Amino acid sequence: MSHAEDRGETRTDELVSDLLDGKHRALARAITKIENRSPGYRELVSRLHAHTGDADVIGITGSPGAGKSTLVDKLAKAYREEGLTVGVIAVDPSSPYTGGAVLGDRIRMASNVGDMDVFFRSMSARGQLGGLSTATSDAVKALDAFGKDKILVETVGAGQNEVDVVRTADTVTVLVQPGSGDDVQMLKAGILEIGDVFVVNKADMDGVNRTVAELEEMIHLRDNPGATLDSGHRGAGHHGVDAGLPDDVSGHGGADGSANGERGHGDGADGDGESDGADSAEWEPAVVETVATSGDGVDELVETLAAHADYLAESGMREEKARSRYAEEIRQLLRNDANALLKEELDRRGGAESLAEAVAARETDPYAVADEVFEPLRDCVESKREGE
Amino acid sequence: MSADAERGQQQRTVRCLIAKVGLDGHDRGAHVIARAFRDAGFEVVYSGLHRAPEEIVQAAVQEDVDVLGISILSGAHNTLVPKIIDGLKEYDAFEDTLILVGGIVPDEDRPKLKEMGVSEVFGPGTPMKETIEFVRNNAPRRD
Repeated sequence: MSHAEDRGETRTDELVSDLLDGKHRALARAITKIENRSPGYRELVSRLHAHTGDADVIGITGSPGAGKSTLVDKLAKAYREEGLTVGVIAVDPSSPYTGGAVLGDRIRMASNVGDMDVFFRSMSARGQLGGLSTATSDAVKALDAFGKDKILVETVGAGQNEVDVVRTADTVTVLVQPGSGDDVQMLKAGILEIGDVFVVNKADMDGVNRTVAELEEMIHLRDNPGATLDSGHRGAGHHGVDAGLPDDVSGHGGADGSANGERGHGDGADGDGESDGADSAEWEPAVVETVATSGDGVDELVETLAAHADYLAESGMREEKARSRYAEEIRQLLRNDANALLKEELDRRGGAESLAEAVAARETDPYAVADEVFEPLRDCVESKREGE
Repeated sequence: MSADAERGQQQRTVRCLIAKVGLDGHDRGAHVIARAFRDAGFEVVYSGLHRAPEEIVQAAVQEDVDVLGISILSGAHNTLVPKIIDGLKEYDAFEDTLILVGGIVPDEDRPKLKEMGVSEVFGPGTPMKETIEFVRNNAPRRD
């Protein structure tokens, strides 16, 4: 082992112990390391894993300007008033051209000024399209290991299919604005399928009743046994989640698991129409009205989120969700590793651009190039396997 | 393939906090800087207006920024900047944060700010390119 590696290991040791000791700087530094995929970040996350699993992770998603950041601020404040500690990760989009980003969610965090027990971290999506960055779930682990009771994950302003948050959060909250009736229609196949709790924010605006009614109708349609029990509905759910994972090249087991789980609560619910699903076997998504700027409805939202957390604990869904999350994480890590290996091989052959030139000149074609680049890797794996 | 994967596993991005501190309500300059930094490929956290020094410290520590750009047009730099620097020291965040001040700062105040630990002061009319180059060349390298 080189000296550099030696030093790296000591630094990781120190970082982990400082983080577990509750040092804010160490937590901040750990998240940076995770975000940058710096040398040693894997070791870091592995070491933190044993200390995770205690926090409630709440995802907040919804279209840009729906009030996600403001609501996160008010939720954080409500949890602090209960004496709980809070971690927030707020993701904003990155430029597809320069990779740069303006991270503006922090501006809304007015209620928790000077309170270091609300640890707020802005993250850029760094080119990811699912509404979260690749590093988000690892950063959640760092907050969890640090000992945060509640972790709020705010996604990029979402359109239809930014559904990655399902794979990071225990409870998914979808924000909808009143008067977005047409949007509601449009969104139906995407993010509206992943909500455990729906929040109609800006409930002081016109059109709130209609939006609430539309959401409730959508939820009840989910619960209509004739329409939902069999593969039709599950199929739709599966498809919805799949479509959000464009680079998911492996089997979709993990996504399936969570998608079916989501559907599972809806299916067969007996339509009691109550938002309190904690006592029943199935969770029926609740609709809550809030005015995030004034804090109206936030208490009710906190109660609903707590009811969902109870439901997850009592039904065993919490563990089930965690398992499918880890399965997906394993796949994701393997994909990244395989991608890195492929990139190395591609660079060794002069990079994709130079190979593309030959393709453009009709000397070869993309499939032939891909086969050629991939062949040594495949051969290597096959001969290893035979040797076993 | 995602942009992530194309850039390989390790990705180091310059993170900046653009902070408006104190009572002045003019943030056009801060917006322009934030936008220019974004276009330079940096990740920019914007604090919003009227922040207290403690809030800036909290943000700089939690966001673990490489660069803290403090915009002050009110003339209160001699009271506000030391408070921020003391706060950063308290959280061990002073040593590896590049601190810049932008805005209206009289020439005679500049040496004192630099003595405190401000790396550079950029007055009105500084070409954006110059500021970006300065950040590129001076942002602390860490891993």
